[in-house]
Amino acid sequence: MTATRLRLLRLIAVPVALVGSLAVSADPPVRWQLNMTEGASQASQSAHDLHMMTFLLCCAIGVIVYGMMFFSVWKFRKSKGAVPAKWSHNNMAEAVLTVVPALILMAMAWPATKVMLAAADTANSAMTIKITGYQWKWRYEYVGTPVSFFSSLKRDSAEARRLGSGIDPYAIDNYLLDVDHPLVLPADTKVRFVLTAEDVIHSWWVPELGWKQDAIPGIINDNWTRVSKPGIYRGQCAELCGKDHGFMPIVVEVKSQAEYAQWFADQQAAATPPAAVAAAAVAAAETTDLAAPAASQLN
Amino acid sequence: MAHAIASTGAGDLHAAAEHDHKPQGFVQRWLFATNHKDIGTLYLVFALVMFFVGGSLAMVIRAELFQPGLQIVHPEVFNQLTTMHALLMIFGAVMPAFVGLANWMVPMMIGAPDMALPRMNNWSFWILPAAFTLLLAPFVLFLLFGIGGGGPAGGWTLYPPLSLQGGDNVAFTIFAIHMMGISSIMGAINIIATILNMRAPGMDMLKMPVFVWSWLITAFLLIAVMPVLAGSVTMLLTDKYFGTSFFNAAGGGDPVMFQHIFWFFGHPEVYIMILPAFGVVSEIIPTFARKPLFGYRAMVYAIASIAFLSFIVWAHHMFTVGIPLGGELFFMYATMLIAIPTGIKVFNWAFTMWQSSMTFETPMLFAIGFVMMFTIGGFSGLMLAIVPADFQYQDTYFVVAHFHYVLVPGAVFAIMAATYFWLPKWTGRMYNETLGKWHFWLSTVFVNLLFFPQHFLGLAGMPRRIPDYNIVFADFNMWSSIGAFGFGLSQLLFAWMVFDVCVRKHGAKASAGVWEGSHGLEWTLSSPPPYHSFAVPPVIDGRMLAHGDISH
Repeated sequence: MTATRLRLLRLIAVPVALVGSLAVSADPPVRWQLNMTEGASQASQSAHDLHMMTFLLCCAIGVIVYGMMFFSVWKFRKSKGAVPAKWSHNNMAEAVLTVVPALILMAMAWPATKVMLAAADTANSAMTIKITGYQWKWRYEYVGTPVSFFSSLKRDSAEARRLGSGIDPYAIDNYLLDVDHPLVLPADTKVRFVLTAEDVIHSWWVPELGWKQDAIPGIINDNWTRVSKPGIYRGQCAELCGKDHGFMPIVVEVKSQAEYAQWFADQQAAATPPAAVAAAAVAAAETTDLAAPAASQLN
Repeated sequence: MAHAIASTGAGDLHAAAEHDHKPQGFVQRWLFATNHKDIGTLYLVFALVMFFVGGSLAMVIRAELFQPGLQIVHPEVFNQLTTMHALLMIFGAVMPAFVGLANWMVPMMIGAPDMALPRMNNWSFWILPAAFTLLLAPFVLFLLFGIGGGGPAGGWTLYPPLSLQGGDNVAFTIFAIHMMGISSIMGAINIIATILNMRAPGMDMLKMPVFVWSWLITAFLLIAVMPVLAGSVTMLLTDKYFGTSFFNAAGGGDPVMFQHIFWFFGHPEVYIMILPAFGVVSEIIPTFARKPLFGYRAMVYAIASIAFLSFIVWAHHMFTVGIPLGGELFFMYATMLIAIPTGIKVFNWAFTMWQSSMTFETPMLFAIGFVMMFTIGGFSGLMLAIVPADFQYQDTYFVVAHFHYVLVPGAVFAIMAATYFWLPKWTGRMYNETLGKWHFWLSTVFVNLLFFPQHFLGLAGMPRRIPDYNIVFADFNMWSSIGAFGFGLSQLLFAWMVFDVCVRKHGAKASAGVWEGSHGLEWTLSSPPPYHSFAVPPVIDGRMLAHGDISH
């Protein structure tokens, strides 16, 4: 390989590596992020893979189309003495231009269909979270348990985001992407979500979980996820829902199963009135905690 | 051929100007206008004004998004800005501009003396200023005088229940949309009646210019879907004021039904804004390539296929509302199918340029720019069709980048190309070619700086329609805003050039043919054409037409 080619390769490789390292060095979104996250779930991985496949196919087609046009613009100029050809149709070319794209489309549709069939299965989940959208906060209910809470924009962001607040957004941690009470989920657990809304349509979106799903008043949608890596995953409402649409973030905190069980027990204790606690203490002595569909028990 | 007629046309021009029976007086000429050329001018001027009004709203939006934090407007005003920007640009700028082009060019291209229904033509234009006064009233009253609750803020898609939370602007917006719909339907009826009934002898359907074909198909789309929009917004109106529950789940209705009905209108509407652009580009590229359009029939069939498919893909705008799996698969496959006729069109334009003899006057620059940048929007459209990936793209800046690529360097570039292409024909004077090229290159650089980084923002997770964002999105938003300001300022060049030619009457005299490679009946008329052209149908020789040779 010649030195020139090596230098050329480096020219391409360095920015790619830079972008790549940026993308893995911190949780998305990160500054200068160019591409969709691979995320933390099967759905986000599939979405990313299909996205890249389609993107690269488009690039390949683009090389042909743009190559043809740029070559024509360079070569077939009147100023260079080009003489126009007389031909103006070619049935064979038209047939090829119909059949080949059709085959490419089928090749794209096949993996997409497989992913959709796999993603449609919300059965056999270990637990269910009910998500309700409000103007402008989220409510999370751990279905079948007394644990439920609202989740809204953290106070420091809420103060900084007012018109003319004088507070520098750069001084706020996770500006507009932090909440007072994050949704906490156990790792390695199939969690089913049911989504609805109280007032107008919202859309619940955490890019690293791989999907968004509209929360619609009067309608219940469902979806699911399974996240293996504990961590904090951030998202935002994705459907215009009024003046504070930009200010209802989503934070999902995935804990290891043991930490989750601890967290859940604390929440449950806090959510249960004192009289019930006494009764529960007696019951707990003789039976396992029926109310907590904790991942460690059901998985 | 065109040049031969031009030489006689120049002599006739003076005589024609004296005997054209042009109405005297401003009111008679414009308010009571029935001449297709005058009405075309009215439409184009109206569209240009709306382009700048809608554009200035976009400038405020991009100024607010220039850096994180709220600096200029409150969030509720920001939502009014995005809503009004979309409504003004779609219904006020792009659609009237194409109707204006149709009014000017369709009769001249098919050898007809005027539109089939001139008085209805007057009506369909003059409804528009009234409609837009209604639409703008609540917004302007609130913004400038602090009166009332402001304009619509629920997005141009008017999704309930959010859109119904608006105050009186709901009624204003809905009545304005009703009027625009009536205007569009009358315009469409007129175009269909003209094309089907008033072609000169010898102008067979499959000899018509592609621009005429694209408008014939577009007009059918308009007639099919504008009543659907009217129906859906009327249901919104009764839900708000008369206690019905079409879209209210608590009363047995369904908010998602609105989205189905709206997008049954909305997707064909997208093609209403792009098919005439295909027509324009199919006229311009062969002219400056000095070579006939490649695959004329395939081009016509492709437009018709796209129009048909536009009716069966609407739910791809709503993949995240919770459609059953079978539905999502159907709408994904149907949407992907659109890539086939669209691909045929792009390749046919490329084949037209192959082995041609091109020159690059401003209309050709804009037309080539259209093909290249529309294709970027086509690619992102194909990506958006893939449902699992769409779950990530939906309602992000990736979508904003996608539809702005097809509408700005797409539809708007085609309108610019058409204006440069036909302005010498309309006025008899050449625009300033140097300024025209500056306008093209500035627009192209800035429009890409404006919209390309928005792909990255969307992929990184920035939702659309938000007035403020996390600092990780700051860099590309700043690029995008700089692009927006540059693009907005560049358009002043365009306004200046049109003003210079039309009002200051500067510019070299244009010949009848104007361009060396021009083909078609409009180029056989003098520049400017007589006030009443083709009062006697022209005798058509196949060689006069761009597609007169029926072997292709």
